[in-house]
Amino acid sequence: MDQGILNLETLWFVLIAVLWTGFFFLEGFDFGVGILLPFIGKTDEDRRVMINTIGPTWDGNEVWLLTAGGAMFAAFPEWYATMFSGFYLALLLVLVGLIVRGVAFEYRSKNPNAAWRSMWDWAIFVGSFLPALLFGVAFGNLVRGLEIDAAGEYVGGFWALLNPYSLAMGVAAVAVFTFHGALFLTLKSKGVVYDRAVSVAGSMSIAATVILAGVMVWSYIQGDGGVVPGLLPILAVALLAASIWLVRSKIFAWAFALTGLTIAAIVAAIFIGMYPNVMTSTIDPAYSLTVFNASSSTMTLQIMSVVALIFVPIVLGYQTWSYWVFRKRIGREEVTTAPH
Amino acid sequence: MDAALLLARWQFGIVTVYHWLFVPITLGITWMVAIMETAWVRTKNPVYLRMTKFWGKLMLINFAIGVVTGIVQEFQFGMNWSTYSRFVGDIFGAPLAIEALLAFFIESTFLGLWIFGWKKLSPKVHVFTLWMVAFGTMASAFWILVAGSWMQYPIGYVINPATGRAEMANFLEIVTSKMLWSQFPHTIFVGFATAGAVMLGVSAWHLARKNHLEVMRKSAAFASVALLVGASGVALTGHFLGQVMVEVQPMKMAAAEALWETEQPASFSLFAVGDKENSRNAVNVVIPRALSLLSCNNLDCEVRGINDLQAEMVENHGPGDYIPNLFVTYWGFRLMVGSGMLMILIGALGVWFYLRGKLDEHWWFLKLALWVGIAAAFIGNATGWIFTEMGRQPWVVYEVLLTEGTNSPTVPAAWVATSLIGLSLLYGLLAIPAVYLFVKFAKAGPGEESENEDVAASMVY
Repeated sequence: MDQGILNLETLWFVLIAVLWTGFFFLEGFDFGVGILLPFIGKTDEDRRVMINTIGPTWDGNEVWLLTAGGAMFAAFPEWYATMFSGFYLALLLVLVGLIVRGVAFEYRSKNPNAAWRSMWDWAIFVGSFLPALLFGVAFGNLVRGLEIDAAGEYVGGFWALLNPYSLAMGVAAVAVFTFHGALFLTLKSKGVVYDRAVSVAGSMSIAATVILAGVMVWSYIQGDGGVVPGLLPILAVALLAASIWLVRSKIFAWAFALTGLTIAAIVAAIFIGMYPNVMTSTIDPAYSLTVFNASSSTMTLQIMSVVALIFVPIVLGYQTWSYWVFRKRIGREEVTTAPH
Repeated sequence: MDAALLLARWQFGIVTVYHWLFVPITLGITWMVAIMETAWVRTKNPVYLRMTKFWGKLMLINFAIGVVTGIVQEFQFGMNWSTYSRFVGDIFGAPLAIEALLAFFIESTFLGLWIFGWKKLSPKVHVFTLWMVAFGTMASAFWILVAGSWMQYPIGYVINPATGRAEMANFLEIVTSKMLWSQFPHTIFVGFATAGAVMLGVSAWHLARKNHLEVMRKSAAFASVALLVGASGVALTGHFLGQVMVEVQPMKMAAAEALWETEQPASFSLFAVGDKENSRNAVNVVIPRALSLLSCNNLDCEVRGINDLQAEMVENHGPGDYIPNLFVTYWGFRLMVGSGMLMILIGALGVWFYLRGKLDEHWWFLKLALWVGIAAAFIGNATGWIFTEMGRQPWVVYEVLLTEGTNSPTVPAAWVATSLIGLSLLYGLLAIPAVYLFVKFAKAGPGEESENEDVAASMVY
């Protein structure tokens, strides 16, 4: 039965796509900064500069993930239940990464001991790299389709999730986020961190474009009955390729906007391609979870819609204000006045 | 019991109790630091800025662990309890999503503004950001309790006959549930009592050494008031909560009292040794009529016992053992109440000594506040949760859904063992730097007045 697209289920599918886009756009550069920490941050001071560029806002960025997860639970309990139990061990690693990274930000500079700081620097690197990779793998699997049985459960086990295509999506996520993070540093730092970020952005613009282009070509040629890619992946690669030129011309703000749009285009491609499925079954298309058979009741969706309609604009308002308050670039002098 | 289920229950218990060691401090201390900073903004008395800075740092060290362990809480319903999540998602998911949207965004964004905004915001706006964090923590407690109290007292729902799942029928009924409105104030008072106990304990350590007397006397006085008001509020709301329990979950209260037979009037048990084989107590020391008084405010009413309630459950739900773990509920309840009483006592002593100007004169009180006050707060918090959750068993949603069979069918015991061991190890290891930093900064004490200009730089990462 064709239920059209003007319904609450579709609205919530779109909203969840928006929440994931917000998460990948915002936390994407946090992950990128974390991944670049050992490469751009040669000294303790430089690493502090980098961490403080995302210091005031990383936690708010991460809440986009919690809201996306909560919204999936509320609007599509079947999707939430199948995906979170199915990706169990992968999500465990994501959790471990997010836990050590979050604590590291807060604890790292509260003790001058070098071994202490180096331990937390590792936690920030691993806690940024691992979730970036695994979220890419997870969405790669959503694209490919999964072994969903008649009961709507994922029965493929853990190792099947680490298939070459999904791993390639993971690598692409790491590459794009690292580039996105380098561009963020070009906008938010000064001094030697800025100089190194400019150079890293130059090489990452090419690397990320090549990797993403490869994975997108792969998406078109794999015929597993998963997502139909459409034209958005081509647009995503084109945007990223355009950023190579912008980086060379040192127009970093626009390059950053383009990496953001690239991320949005890929998330949109995945969600539009999946629709109306939320998890496509490779066992039998009839077993797929769809926005209609996985959703909550109309009443719950209505209540959630009202809440979202009121509060999402407010959240966007104060998060924007927070970015405005911390708009100034961070350099060594901002972190060396501390008594540590 | 199936191994995967057993392991998943242990994991839920461990990560939840651990999370709840840090969160009550957050619930209270954000308000208390916001009050200190407000006092500074209004009076410009530098003592208040030194207090804000000192307690604010301890607040942040604690906050970090509460935040990261909270992520696990949201994910593990789907990871470990997928059958449960499918069954309740329509009702249970909504408050979780609302919690993220209404509370987590406020807490995280405004805490970032507070930590990094010392030089960028005017003092009034700066203190406003902390008030927003305090409000956010309270909103978070409210929405998670909307979800949690529904499991204790499911109302405002229907079972959809086509899917066999619970669906929301009346949102208003769910957010005005008497269980929620007993648990929520109980939890908020717990926050003040816990933060008060920790703050008083740390202040006492300094007072005993005659360190930073001006800051620490003020802090100890403030903390004593928070502890006394908080712990008294906990007791009072706990009394109401208990009466709601007697009404909607009589089995939990009967288990808490090891009350096998229905009694009229009912006695309050002080010390019992159970004999589950024969459905009786081998030893039981009681206060006559006290349980009747607590349950229904008079000395004569009937309180139903475990045997009658078990028979009634069998009649309504079919054969089975509907009695929660009596050892845990009975002693959990006593430890919770005992810790609460100790906290009231310590808070009252603190207020009394403060009013007589002798807060730092009695070494025994300072030792008591440090060692017993803080320990009582943590023991009370842990046992309170264990009691209320274990006392609901064998149900996960009371009288609607049994815990057994609600764990994820596709998650084998080996996976759960991996996460149980992994998260327990990680949590255990994280406690080391958390406690180390907390003790380090607590012992270092507040900076001197001349260092006040550094407040901005000392908080950044």
